[in-house]
Amino acid sequence: MRKVGFNNKLLPYLLIAPQIAITAIFFYWPASQAVWQSFLIQDAFGTRTEFVWFENYEVLFKDPTYFNAFIVTVVFSTAVAALSLGIALLLAVQADKQIHGSGPYKTLLMWPYAVAPAVAGVLWLFLFQPSLGVLAKLLRSMGVDWNPLLNGNHAMILVIIAATWKQISYNFLFFLAGLQSIPKSLIEAAAIDGASPMRRFWTVIFPLLSPTAFFLLVVNVVYVFFDTFGIIDAVTHGGPAKATETLVFKVFQDGRLGGDLGGSAAQSVILMFMVIALTAIQFKYIERKVHY
Amino acid sequence: MAEVGLKNVKKSYGGMQVIHGIDCAIKDGEFMVLVGPSGCGKSTLLRMIAGLEEISAGEISIDGRVVNDVEPKDRDIAMVFQNYALYPHMSVYDNMAYGLRIRGLSKAEIDERVNKAAGILQLQELLQRKPRQLSGGQRQRVAMGRAIVRDPKVFLFDEPLSNLDAKLRVQMRVEIKQLQNRLGTTAVYVTHDQVEAMTLADRLVVMNAGVAEQIGAPLEVYAKPASLFVAGFIGSPAMNFLAGKISGDGRAVELAGGARVALADGRFASSAGRKVTLGVRPEHLVQDGAGTAAHFQLAIELVETLGADTLLHGRIDGKGDGLIVRVDGATMVKSGQTLALHAPPGALHLFDGETGKRLSD
Ligand SMILES: Nc1ncnc2c1ncn2[C@@H]1O[C@H](COP(=O)(O)OP(=O)(O)OP(=O)(O)O)[C@@H](O)[C@H]1O
Ligand SMILES: [Mg+2]
Repeated sequence: MRKVGFNNKLLPYLLIAPQIAITAIFFYWPASQAVWQSFLIQDAFGTRTEFVWFENYEVLFKDPTYFNAFIVTVVFSTAVAALSLGIALLLAVQADKQIHGSGPYKTLLMWPYAVAPAVAGVLWLFLFQPSLGVLAKLLRSMGVDWNPLLNGNHAMILVIIAATWKQISYNFLFFLAGLQSIPKSLIEAAAIDGASPMRRFWTVIFPLLSPTAFFLLVVNVVYVFFDTFGIIDAVTHGGPAKATETLVFKVFQDGRLGGDLGGSAAQSVILMFMVIALTAIQFKYIERKVHY
Repeated sequence: MAEVGLKNVKKSYGGMQVIHGIDCAIKDGEFMVLVGPSGCGKSTLLRMIAGLEEISAGEISIDGRVVNDVEPKDRDIAMVFQNYALYPHMSVYDNMAYGLRIRGLSKAEIDERVNKAAGILQLQELLQRKPRQLSGGQRQRVAMGRAIVRDPKVFLFDEPLSNLDAKLRVQMRVEIKQLQNRLGTTAVYVTHDQVEAMTLADRLVVMNAGVAEQIGAPLEVYAKPASLFVAGFIGSPAMNFLAGKISGDGRAVELAGGARVALADGRFASSAGRKVTLGVRPEHLVQDGAGTAAHFQLAIELVETLGADTLLHGRIDGKGDGLIVRVDGATMVKSGQTLALHAPPGALHLFDGETGKRLSD
């Protein structure tokens, strides 16, 4: 590889300075603040602050509501990731059948179709709104006592659907791009080798998509961990009875509303390490698994 | 092993017809090459035999069975693709074993077949590697291996050597020919390279714009091209063409430039005045010696030395039609020189001026 050198010793640093500054202001500074905060306990009026090392963490791990939030998060993220990846893959395979080999132009035509659902995602919330929603009424007329405001399972289903819906289009585009990059002759070779369409999918197409799928899995899990805050806040507020209180929502709940800054900071730090771990795993895996 | 029959096979994409009725009977164990310029429909025809493209009209049979509606997997064929189409996530061994596993062969038998194929193709050392860890030539061999382990009735090749460098291409060409000889399996091989076609084929189909212009053994096609197109396509450098008409006595062709080239006999007496194209290969033009009347004075414009022989490019009388002559590599000729050339009657090809069909036998 050809190396390009800079004549000016200062220039490279100047060029990356804005990026460094942004990262420092929006990541390193708040992150270090969170770590610092997590070692402190403030009294209710914010007058006295005490440095307590890991006490906030100890309290957290003994707190049953934290454990509850953890379980809720696992259920929620597993369901959303599985559904949004599964549905997106199914749709992408169908779309690919129609447009495979017809060039980038036709693929571009798919974009508005793919992006529209994300915009429309919020519609779900209206449809399932207990008193006004059309689907809620329909469910009730079928004898289901649909009430996400009181029933924890219903609330969970509702946020899962809303969160999944928003994520499908993103996953779809990546899967479609992945499918399009698989040479047609590979599928034909498998057909001549005698593989049925199902077998072709699982033994040839899916393994070749697995780097994409894994990348999306991590992205989706990160999405569910953090970006679904808005959905939960808008739809259920973590309720009823903490049935939809995820880890990230609990950070907000305890810090903003409960006034427990130290505990809330400790939760953020834990979340931060989870994301760092996920990202690290992904980089390792992707490096190992690239086929071409 | 099996014969392959094509009966008036046609193919249209939407409203556009790309194969215009091809008839061809490929014999058991024969190495048949489909050759023609880019876009003439070779791949399409091969893919129809494989079952990867619908047959719009006509009939294709393999081993006596009409396969128009038979799935690729049930046709008992194996195909080698231009890009090899190896499964990138499987080892060389698994690439070869994939089809056998699907067919439900026992582990021991799969092992035996793969190892045998690997032995033939010198792949034993590479069995555990992934395709991306192989060179182009090795990938090519794996693709061949995947075809032969299946022991199919017919091999189909779609330009399998076009991704290799020139030297490797020659080497693999020899290997493919030897392999097919040894296995005796019927093979259909697509290429646009006429040298590859000539060297590999038992017989070849010269295709042009969806039509089979000529079907025959390489030397037959070389010696008696059925049309102007075939004459220009087979042989390198291409045959020289000169426009003219049959003389009044039918014993010669009068060229546009005024020269008169004698024909072998007077069979064309009845077609005096007919417009024709006279063809003569660069290697058949002879320098005028004693006793023969020179037909052309060729002003040499360019000399290409290939080593074994030399190609001379020039113009008749320095201003007329361009001609290429192949002479022995030892001949010393310089550009600017003028050469007296003679076209022997036995080496002449005569084509109809309008239809381009062969007139002489
Ligand atoms: N899927 C398709 N839809 C429409 N037209 C097609 C399709 N596939 C091939 N064609 C057309 O059919 C003709 C023959 O194509 P084919 O691929 O058989 O050519 P070829 O002889 O193999 O050429 P090459 O040497 O470049 O591979 C071409 O004019 C091509 O444009
Ligand atoms: Mg082709």
